[in-house]
Amino acid sequence: MKSISTKLASLLLAAGFLPAAYAVNDLPGGPAVRQLNLHEAVTRIAAEQSWLHWFMLITCFVIFVAVFGVMFYSIWKHRKSVGHPPAAFHESVTVEVAWTIVPFLIVIGMALPATKVLVASKDTSNSDLTIKATGYQWKWGYDYINGEGAGIGFLSTLDPTHREMSNEGAKDVPDDYLLKVDNPLVVPVNKKIRIITTANDVIHAWGVPSFGVKQDAIPGFVRDTWFRAEKTGDFYGQCYELCGKEHAYMPIHVKVLAAADYTAWVADQQKKIAAKADDPGKVWTMADITARGEKVYSGTCAACHQANGKGAGPILPLDGSAIVNDADKNKQIQVVLNGRGAMPAWKGQLSDTDIAAAITYTKNHWSNHTGQLVQPAEVLAQRGK
Amino acid sequence: MSAVLPGHADDHAHDDHHDHAPTGWRRWVYATNHKDIGTLYLLFAFAMLMIGGLLAMMIRAELFEPGLQFFNPELFNQLTTMHGLIMVFGAIMPAFVGFANWMIPLEIGAPDMAFARMNNLSFWLLIPAAIMLVASFFMPGGAPAAGWTIYAPLTLQMGPSMDMAIFALHVLGASSIMGSINIIVTILNMRAPGMTLMKMPLFVWTWLITAYLLIAVMPVLAGAITMTLTDRHFGTTFFNPAGGGDPVMFQHIFWFFGHPEVYIMILPAFGIISQVVPAFARKKLFGYSSMVYAVASIAILSFIVWAHHMFTTGMPVQGQLFFMYATMLIAVPTAVKIFNWIATMWQGSMTFETPMLFAVGFIFVFTMGGFTGLILAMAPIDLLLQDTYYVVAHFHYVLVAGSLYAMFAGFYYWSPKWTGVMYNERAGKIHFWNSLIAFNVTFFPMHFLGLAGMPRRYADYPAQFTDFNMLASVGAFWFGLTQVYFLFFVLLPVLRGKGEKAPQKPWEGAEGLEWEVPSPAPFHTFETPPKLNAAATRIIG
Repeated sequence: MKSISTKLASLLLAAGFLPAAYAVNDLPGGPAVRQLNLHEAVTRIAAEQSWLHWFMLITCFVIFVAVFGVMFYSIWKHRKSVGHPPAAFHESVTVEVAWTIVPFLIVIGMALPATKVLVASKDTSNSDLTIKATGYQWKWGYDYINGEGAGIGFLSTLDPTHREMSNEGAKDVPDDYLLKVDNPLVVPVNKKIRIITTANDVIHAWGVPSFGVKQDAIPGFVRDTWFRAEKTGDFYGQCYELCGKEHAYMPIHVKVLAAADYTAWVADQQKKIAAKADDPGKVWTMADITARGEKVYSGTCAACHQANGKGAGPILPLDGSAIVNDADKNKQIQVVLNGRGAMPAWKGQLSDTDIAAAITYTKNHWSNHTGQLVQPAEVLAQRGK
Repeated sequence: MSAVLPGHADDHAHDDHHDHAPTGWRRWVYATNHKDIGTLYLLFAFAMLMIGGLLAMMIRAELFEPGLQFFNPELFNQLTTMHGLIMVFGAIMPAFVGFANWMIPLEIGAPDMAFARMNNLSFWLLIPAAIMLVASFFMPGGAPAAGWTIYAPLTLQMGPSMDMAIFALHVLGASSIMGSINIIVTILNMRAPGMTLMKMPLFVWTWLITAYLLIAVMPVLAGAITMTLTDRHFGTTFFNPAGGGDPVMFQHIFWFFGHPEVYIMILPAFGIISQVVPAFARKKLFGYSSMVYAVASIAILSFIVWAHHMFTTGMPVQGQLFFMYATMLIAVPTAVKIFNWIATMWQGSMTFETPMLFAVGFIFVFTMGGFTGLILAMAPIDLLLQDTYYVVAHFHYVLVAGSLYAMFAGFYYWSPKWTGVMYNERAGKIHFWNSLIAFNVTFFPMHFLGLAGMPRRYADYPAQFTDFNMLASVGAFWFGLTQVYFLFFVLLPVLRGKGEKAPQKPWEGAEGLEWEVPSPAPFHTFETPPKLNAAATRIIG
């Protein structure tokens, strides 16, 4: 039977692999090996949540031990095999009232501290910084809207080598496996950060366990949450709402910096923005633009079309594609700008330069040798058409 | 005519009324007898349990270690989705309907269900629905991969299998609604004289209440999935914000169905346990009326707690508080039930044959699931645990160690009545202990994974989560193998009639009209309404 051999195979696998315990260390700010409890709290809210959890755990455990102590005692003593005869009683209003009222009071006792923490966790007023976190399939985008750093915006994507490692079966992975991004979210310590969540496509969720924060990112809607990190360091989270095939591959990395370091980072970012501002009128050489295109492709397109350009299943290949090899460049430009079928529109997410670069790369890579060069100005001209 | 399968030697007196009744395949395809239909439902549900279980083994094989070893993430999402849909709609719900069909007429002294032909349709609708669900894997794009909760707008991106799944769910819903109508009408109209509502066995009560829940909420699911269908194909934008729609509205509609649905999946289990424990404690159920009121309270409360599945969607704090309080309130009647079961055991004279093992196991492990549910109900804590493995642990504790264990208890308890033979007690005990231990090895570590932040529906995970995932996978295979053991060493033998002949009442402390008929129960029972004693538990005269 198929299921038996599958299980046997897996059992053998287990027997072979179990001795070789996974050699990975705790990740500070992220999960620990064999972690038993919640993350160490970095915000006051997380500390309160942790307290609440201990309170619940201990209360429930005490009740559990009491109730099942009684049950196991009964199993031991009130058995036919030790000669215990059955009693005749089978109702008691007093007892029923008692064990309705007592749990009711216990539940009220649990609800009161929970109310306090919940109300505090929802109060996003008077924040020092406001950052919008946008969920994309499959990465996060951060835009600093208000406060020190306003105007900075970038995408935060899982390191592509980690994604490759996953495909290869995750041998010898680093401690931040599946949690490393190219551009972490950077925030100052001890400041109230309001995070506005939204999404570009489907529902995602932005959550960082160390902060005690989780909020759904819903397309077409804005939600918010807040945190005040009381320690500097690196803290990790993941996407917490099923959002498609790469749901496991869009982590969150928050870097909490001391005030002075944060100011320095902001200044640095603003300089980079100024320098990087792509002039859509710039005329690129083939070598430069394909180098740029390779980066854009591997960071954005390869998730679906694969690094080898061959796609998979319903995702069409680019290697040998008629549209890619078409003499009319506008055909491919239109598809990338406006999407087609399940392929999303990239006009809102990628700049003209990035789109031109990625297209030029695909037109001159693998078995495609069109020799065509798409300039950013050509992409700009196709917008709105 | 044999009670369970054709070819089984029968040695009880026939009625001559059914000499013309069909044999062979017609007996099953045209079945109108509640016992035959009950058997069909139970066998179907067990087959679906095996299929859903196979999907679970595939999931746990992939999650054994970090990295993708067997499946790409898209297929992995299909596995998790279909595991959920098949188990909920194909295994648990039909199994309880199977128990209802077999036991309700027997327990109320009725000759059959009120609408025998509709009963037939209710069952046979399940077959094309199940075929559609399983076959969806082979459609272009594979099976739906949006989770069993099929949230919009992710469902708008799914391939044609999503439409097939929607159709299958409609068919399953129609089957459930018809079955529920049948159950309600039967219970309200066909009880033997003298069996007032407050003298009915608890299993009948729980199904009466469950049937009302089903009729109330299956149409709601139908609404949600139809809106999904029209959003996908007919230009509506119920859940698409670009057209003015609201993705969160899907969640409200789905969970308005979904929360009562999980109570639909547990209340009949409560009913079974409420009958098994008194039988093996040789003591009447403690607090019969309280137990009835508790089930009714749970059912009513189940309608006002749905948004505890949505604490992170961004509802205002007043909403979160309301749903938190309402959800925590359900703990009270549930606790009452647990206390009543233990009070039934207290000062009883217990023996621990397999049905009682599963019943006690249920009380113990279901309560653990209940506690984690209470913890999840605390909205501030839920923010940390929503969509993590803590939730997966919680619902498997209540559904597997809850519903499935109760079903096993019911099977072991009632199968002598169904088949006329005793199951192998040693095999039953092996099944129980292996299931109990393997189950806990599988799902207990998931609490830790959830507390540590491991998200659900992940094909791959940060390497720090490896050890508990390995443990869970080993436990899962052990649990799966144990159910295969059950099939070969318990179920198949009794279906084939292999085992000691079962007495009319194999359990000394058992009470109820089902024990007033021979084992196996004759094809037709209570063709004339029986005369009952004052407590409506024995036939007199």
